[in-house]
Amino acid sequence: MIRIESYAPVVGEATIEELYLLAKHVHGKVIQNINSTAVGGGVAEILTRMIPLLKQLGVDARWDIIRGNEKFFVTTKKFHNGLHGVPVEISDEEYESFLEVNRENADEIGFGDIVFVHDPQPIALIEKRKDFGRNWIWRCHIDFSRPDPRIWKFLEQFIVMYDAAVFSAPAFARNLPIPQVLISPSIDPLSAKNVELPEETINGVFERFGIDRSRPVITQISRFDYLKDPLGVIKAYKIAKKRVDMQLVLAGSGATDDPEGPVIMHQVKEEADKDKDIFVLFLPPASDVEINALQRGSTVILQKSLKEGFGLTVSEALWKAKPTIAGAVGGIPLQITHKHSGILTHSIEGTAYWIKQLVNEPDYARKLGVNGREHIKNNFLITRHIKDYLLLFISLFHKDDMVYL
Amino acid sequence: MSDFQFYTKLDQTILLGKKANNIPELLDGIRSVPDSCIYYHTHRFLQQHHYLSPEPPNDFAYWVTQVLNDDVLGEQLSSVDIIQFQSIAELRSRFVSLIHAHITTVEKGGDCPRGEEFHFVACRTFALPTPYIARTLAEFKDALERVSVNALYYHIFDAKLRLERGENDFSKWFNGIGKPDLAEEVRNLDPYSHTLEGLRKRIIVMVSRHDTN
Repeated sequence: MIRIESYAPVVGEATIEELYLLAKHVHGKVIQNINSTAVGGGVAEILTRMIPLLKQLGVDARWDIIRGNEKFFVTTKKFHNGLHGVPVEISDEEYESFLEVNRENADEIGFGDIVFVHDPQPIALIEKRKDFGRNWIWRCHIDFSRPDPRIWKFLEQFIVMYDAAVFSAPAFARNLPIPQVLISPSIDPLSAKNVELPEETINGVFERFGIDRSRPVITQISRFDYLKDPLGVIKAYKIAKKRVDMQLVLAGSGATDDPEGPVIMHQVKEEADKDKDIFVLFLPPASDVEINALQRGSTVILQKSLKEGFGLTVSEALWKAKPTIAGAVGGIPLQITHKHSGILTHSIEGTAYWIKQLVNEPDYARKLGVNGREHIKNNFLITRHIKDYLLLFISLFHKDDMVYL
Repeated sequence: MSDFQFYTKLDQTILLGKKANNIPELLDGIRSVPDSCIYYHTHRFLQQHHYLSPEPPNDFAYWVTQVLNDDVLGEQLSSVDIIQFQSIAELRSRFVSLIHAHITTVEKGGDCPRGEEFHFVACRTFALPTPYIARTLAEFKDALERVSVNALYYHIFDAKLRLERGENDFSKWFNGIGKPDLAEEVRNLDPYSHTLEGLRKRIIVMVSRHDTN
């Protein structure tokens, strides 16, 4: 198990000391996290890492998982898609069945002092508040910028019953009568995907894939779906390559829920077949070391997304001090300040222009990378996430803008 | 004079659910949001990018320049010298008068691209005592080397502008222990033109020079 003190060499002793100071203020309270899955997905991943660290700080953090039948999860998947702008139909019966599952779970769960509910699946547990009281927080981990109006209306009736709602980016905030708190996701600098790697490991991965590290390498790590714009990346690479020699790596998982996914993948492969300097790598799920090595060994990292929930791959790249060019969408502008800690672009041509600039000006590119790493160190590591959660719990008991603890 | 208790501060970011698509809406927002929102947008870069020098400008200037491409107003907003203000109310009024003058003399400009709106955000600050207490300049210097940049930030930036204490906490204490020259030196620093670590080093050097015991 990773000790909280292991993060001190990364973020400084003073930061860890502050976490201990804050944690004292929630001692004696049971913090109960509730979501719908123990494995898979970002919420389970972060809770798996965070709960042990909170416990080490003396916080009584717990984690419960609601149970649901197939119909329930089909409905919540529809919620998920609808909230992301995909047209869906949800029947009254499905809404009713969703509530029924929540009520059954509410009868079985013993509630803590602070009930921290993650995502829409367990949202209706709040109906039990009238019986038990307690402090309730709802944490939305998904893109909420343009939710399907009917699903939003359904969820809103529950959200307003909470003491606070938490979103990952400013654009996800709604007009609500309860406090809305911004808490961005985070990366773990000690995980396999982000930990320092020996140069031999990086070289080994590049050799295995046949990529030449003596020439510039431009890399995008992403799922192969339309919203990550892999074809736009290839076009930008082709424009830039007219002036600068380089290789392009597109690496990610092949599996995708996007119905256009297979078409995009086919087109990407077609383009790659025409150019020996384009490497399309379909990586299996347990490829953290490979991803880490590809990011560390690349000259420039791209994340040319057209839409993005948060885009933590940007934080991963910047944490490795890599000059990064990314689309100005979703949570990416929180991670990159244009021309200070990376480059934000809006078009294929703009991306091509900046690829050329960063490959040709390694000193400037290096400075962006160094600044980017500092920015991630201060704002997007798991220790900041823990601080935000502790503040969130403490804030339930204080109302002023300036609070002396 | 009492001992100097080092505090640290940690901020919670509050989403106000209010946004601007263009300059008039930005003005409307700046007029109506709480003080903690003006403070957040004029100090966020300092805290989040405290390693950069020169640091990026305030959020208003950044958005007007980078998203609306209005370089003239952007430059005016980024040139606001925050150190001269004693309260958020004064600072707010300066932004309001600059934007108002711009709107009335120059064409209003259009809306930002979809998805690049200015989102008004505020902060709640939680201040808490650290284990570091100084009775002498030597102890002060030793503690200042150890505390987080958040503590430095609280005693220098929050104390003067947000808490309206008139000056930074360090100078006030230095005066109280009979070190008016040191107090004046620290008071005359422009903290907005340093990185936080750079500021820490400058103050430590100043304290060392005045610590004659």
